[in-house]
Amino acid sequence: MSAFQVRFADRRSEISLAVFGALIVILGFAPLWAGRDGLRLLGEIFAYVALASLWNLLAGYAGLVSVGQQAFVGLGGYMLFGLAILAGVPPLWAIPAAGLIGAVAAVPVAALVFRLRGHYFAIGTWVIAEVFRLLASQVSVLGGGSGTSLPSGIVIAIAQSRATREFMIYWIALALAVAILGLILLLLRSRYGLALTAIRDNELAALSNGVDVARVKLVVYVLAGGGTAMVGALIFLQKLRISPDAAFSVNDWTAFVIFITVIGGIGRIEGPIVGTIVFFALRQTLADHGTLYLLMLGAVAIVVMLKAPKGIWGVIVEKLDWQVFPLQRRVVFGAQSELRSLSEKEKE
Amino acid sequence: MTEWINVVVQGVLIGGLYAMFAAGLSLIFGVMRLVNIAHGDFIVLAAYMALVAAAALGLNPIAATVIVAPAMAALGYVLQRLLLNRTLGDDLLPPLLVTFGLSVIIQNGLLELFTADSRRLQAGAIEVASLQVAPGISVGVLPLLQFVAAIAVIGGLQALFYRTAVGRAFRATSDDPSVAQLMGLDNRHVFALAMALSLAVVAIAGVLLAVRTNFDPAIGPARLIFGFEAVIIGGLGNLWGTLAGGIVLGVAQAIGAKLDPGWQLLAGHLAFLLVLAVRPEGLFPRIRG
Repeated sequence: MSAFQVRFADRRSEISLAVFGALIVILGFAPLWAGRDGLRLLGEIFAYVALASLWNLLAGYAGLVSVGQQAFVGLGGYMLFGLAILAGVPPLWAIPAAGLIGAVAAVPVAALVFRLRGHYFAIGTWVIAEVFRLLASQVSVLGGGSGTSLPSGIVIAIAQSRATREFMIYWIALALAVAILGLILLLLRSRYGLALTAIRDNELAALSNGVDVARVKLVVYVLAGGGTAMVGALIFLQKLRISPDAAFSVNDWTAFVIFITVIGGIGRIEGPIVGTIVFFALRQTLADHGTLYLLMLGAVAIVVMLKAPKGIWGVIVEKLDWQVFPLQRRVVFGAQSELRSLSEKEKE
Repeated sequence: MTEWINVVVQGVLIGGLYAMFAAGLSLIFGVMRLVNIAHGDFIVLAAYMALVAAAALGLNPIAATVIVAPAMAALGYVLQRLLLNRTLGDDLLPPLLVTFGLSVIIQNGLLELFTADSRRLQAGAIEVASLQVAPGISVGVLPLLQFVAAIAVIGGLQALFYRTAVGRAFRATSDDPSVAQLMGLDNRHVFALAMALSLAVVAIAGVLLAVRTNFDPAIGPARLIFGFEAVIIGGLGNLWGTLAGGIVLGVAQAIGAKLDPGWQLLAGHLAFLLVLAVRPEGLFPRIRG
């Protein structure tokens, strides 16, 4: 027996993870207790949790501050419509296919935008998204600039009754969000996770400790591209209608996602979930006042960035040292289970 | 043949406008390494300010620049002192997020105040006036005015940078902010002056844009991208290069539009991506830092 073990979970994170699991089960039964509007809202929330988690992986861990993830949302959406309408692929299968295409498309995009540093990388990704948007509006079989709807035949083929169809789309949204969170969790607990945390804390130090920064960044960018494309496919399956402006909207799929992540807490896996809840709480309370919630959202994000740059969850972690998802490595010595938290060191 | 010469001439002239979008962006990036995501939205804000000023005072919109430019400069100074100075540092996320927040706030604020209807500044007879420069080739007075204004703005910035005390302060803080501070410069004030100057340029660009095309609260981000592309094509840190970058972008768009109206913007972006792939440092780089 070795003198020490490396552990992820402690008692509190085991409990909170169990609570989180129970919450997912309850959400899985939502068709029994929520109405149509409730289901649609929850489905939208899951999509934003997934998008924000993927952006958090990019920007919070790999230091890739992209403002062009709408390129992959739109690509995924258009792949769903293209595959379903032009190739007869069942929409449910088109979602993973869109993810694959998104990941493949991310490789040449990365080759181009990785030439830019920092801020210029950010706007470079935006230009790519604009190119995607303009290309999509040239595709006349999918309605060109004005877009198209998913034909009713294809929609009915998902399931006969509207209720079943809505349940299925809801469950897919839930499953996709949980799967993306799970994958990010596994990734962060792997060797890549150590490398990513090192890059997050200090890129230069990570590089000098032998982390292949360029490779790790490419892997993360491709994974995020694929995941974002899948979420995009799901979003436009929920909407049943697509247009270039909606699919490649910088505000909907990037600005709000960034605000959500920063408000919740960037660089922490719980952050995007907390931020999404804040976003939808604002939107639902101010629903009667037009775009006021967007003004509020922008203002809240600015205030959080200036006053508490680690976000709501960052404040919670600092005060309580609590994590829902066991990510921090803790060293346990001998059989006495003398617990020495590395968290103090990691904070430095 | 004359048809294509016309296309290129139009492209060159619109390139001046893009260079003006770019000059303000390049200025603040050069001085304080800040990319202002709300840059395009400030251009639109200036256009609306000119609209209101022209209507309230009965001015020609182009003359309204005399009011709008100082107002935007004052806004820039205050914004930098109160908000943006706090975001500067090694991390690039705070300035990006805060200017993104400003972008969303400006867009939606304008939407609430002015609705989504598209507007245009009426400048009178100058809008349709044109000069015959050669048989078959005529140049609109307004585009020409824009181009001359762009050259004047860039020449003015160049002179300011290299011949005045403020310019020396800009260059010093750009080279090394902490040493500049040791030499007695107040960086917060220098940065605020740079932002004021940037937004004054934005005001001129915004008015000239709004006289030429329709605008609505949502068109800002695309102007930001044009400006950004002109900066990268021209090469970082070179103002005359930025003018060349704007011209390359304008000509690419004009040629694209000539081939197929749907290709106008696409051709500009592709020209940008081509430069990025082949010569990522831009055509005329003057790399700093």
